[in-house]
Amino acid sequence: MDRLLLIVSTLCFLAAVVRTIVALRAGIFRTIGLGFIFQTAFLSIRGHALGRCPLTNLFEVFIFLAWSVALVYMLVGPAYRLSLMGAFTAPLVVLLQGFALIAPIDIRHPVKLPANPWLEFHASISIIAYGAFALACIAGVMYLVQERQLKTRQLHSIFYHLPPLTDLFAAITRLLWLGFGLYTLGIVSGFFTSRPLPRVQVVAAIGIWMLYAAILQGRHLRRLAPKRVAALCVIGFVAALTLLWGITFSAQTHPLP
Amino acid sequence: MNLFCVGLSHHTANVETRESFAGHAESDCILRRAGCAEALVLTTCNRVEVYGASEKRVSTDEIARCLAREIEKDAHQCAPAFYRYEGEKCVQHLFRVASGLDSMVVGETEILGQAKKAYESARASGAAGPWLHRLFQRAFHVAKQVRTRTEITRGSVSVGSVAVDLARKIFGQLSKRKVLVLGAGETSERTARALVSRGVTDLRVSNRSSDRARELAGLVGGQAIPFDDWRDECREIDILITSTSSEAPLLTPANLAPMLCDRIDRPLFIIDIAVPRDVDPRVNEMDGVYLYDIDSLQSVAEQSLALRRQQIAAAEAIIAEHVPDFVASISRGWNRVSRTAERPSIADSSLRALEL
Repeated sequence: MDRLLLIVSTLCFLAAVVRTIVALRAGIFRTIGLGFIFQTAFLSIRGHALGRCPLTNLFEVFIFLAWSVALVYMLVGPAYRLSLMGAFTAPLVVLLQGFALIAPIDIRHPVKLPANPWLEFHASISIIAYGAFALACIAGVMYLVQERQLKTRQLHSIFYHLPPLTDLFAAITRLLWLGFGLYTLGIVSGFFTSRPLPRVQVVAAIGIWMLYAAILQGRHLRRLAPKRVAALCVIGFVAALTLLWGITFSAQTHPLP
Repeated sequence: MNLFCVGLSHHTANVETRESFAGHAESDCILRRAGCAEALVLTTCNRVEVYGASEKRVSTDEIARCLAREIEKDAHQCAPAFYRYEGEKCVQHLFRVASGLDSMVVGETEILGQAKKAYESARASGAAGPWLHRLFQRAFHVAKQVRTRTEITRGSVSVGSVAVDLARKIFGQLSKRKVLVLGAGETSERTARALVSRGVTDLRVSNRSSDRARELAGLVGGQAIPFDDWRDECREIDILITSTSSEAPLLTPANLAPMLCDRIDRPLFIIDIAVPRDVDPRVNEMDGVYLYDIDSLQSVAEQSLALRRQQIAAAEAIIAEHVPDFVASISRGWNRVSRTAERPSIADSSLRALEL
């Protein structure tokens, strides 16, 4: 039943992608909203069955991340009114959920310890921060696409639908601050879990935190040009995603006692 | 009842011929006297067309005579320049015209406004009745659909509007942007005016001749700046329009770099319309600087036009959906009317009754 909800949700996001391809200007906010409702229903059922936040394996982490991306989009999309943001968000969600559905990663581990609220808060808030970083990465891609077309003077159809560069850059900055704030909260709460945290994971998480701190500092001190900030958003998110994969993979292969 | 269109356009006649047949205030009334139950004259700079509905055929020569501005004009000689569409072809032609497919600049939207104005005028004078009402209302609906469902109106196709569009793509709202016009030539004036019309309020003009700078500043509501100070202004401004007659580039990466160090997060859009160019092309490689010279603006305009042409097939498909549907609906309407009245009234109430 829960997987069916996830399939329907993925189909909603896929419909949003198709709709965008057919008509670039099509409004897809409602379609994404519908997909988000099914995602939420899936996570709710899964969480109820587990008796804890559904972040116990790589499959759930991917779905939670896709949900976070959709959540941040639903929150900031209407506020920033950035056209095509949804068109770039939907494929990322389809990719995350599609991979989670196809790959054999939904492995149930026997739960050895009772639920730890701090650990759940740490994990969930960190992944929502990843959602904000994902949106910053998407806005960064949109910025780079438009910047390249402006520089090369080769304007394709998509150019006319993208938001202005300055609006995109303002959105990138705000999303970075949002993600950075949540990620800081996630890292700090990790120290309250009263469980031993693997040193490699801690170092890597602080490394990602420092990367985003450096981007924001560079932006704040006007040392980084907007194009470089946009490129670093993409690099940062790929690094963060790799780290997330690593953390979840190592937690599965070397579970905590 | 037969719907027809007779006219000449930039496809079939030169401007002199079009001028000779531009019609006049009473053309539609004369056309009605010539046998048209309803008549509407659509006159633009690129076309003169008569849309009519008549029981019996009104000859093209007769219509040409009605449109001729001078009595002595020999309409017969110009008859080959006139085209004639009847029934379904007429419907299709109007849908194409209203959608901008038949325009000189494909996808231009001005024609829709002109068609609406012509229709309103004919309706007010009583020359357009229920048949033309239905025809034109459907044409407006089709044109709107073509505009929203295709990219036919996308992009700008003139150098001035391309520059303004690019500025909006970089900065969004232009109202808080600072513009410096360097060199007070005619093209800079046009571009500056276009930017002012899109909300720019802070406009500075600098020219070797300070009188001309003041004159242009006065014309566009800007502020004249001494020519020696323009480099200092570059630290503050967002858009630079340059068109001086300088033989050597005024801006190079070397002299622009110090001006950019304080504004790394603010883009600079440079429109160089001078020949020879005022700005070294390598400036475009600098972070946050977008340089467009006259050739690149022209190239963007051509790309937009090419993009529009690619959309013609999609637009034609929308029109092809509507033409048979409209022809069928108007046939049904005619049968209904012919049962109730010999000739339809053109009062507003009957227009509404006939509207499907």
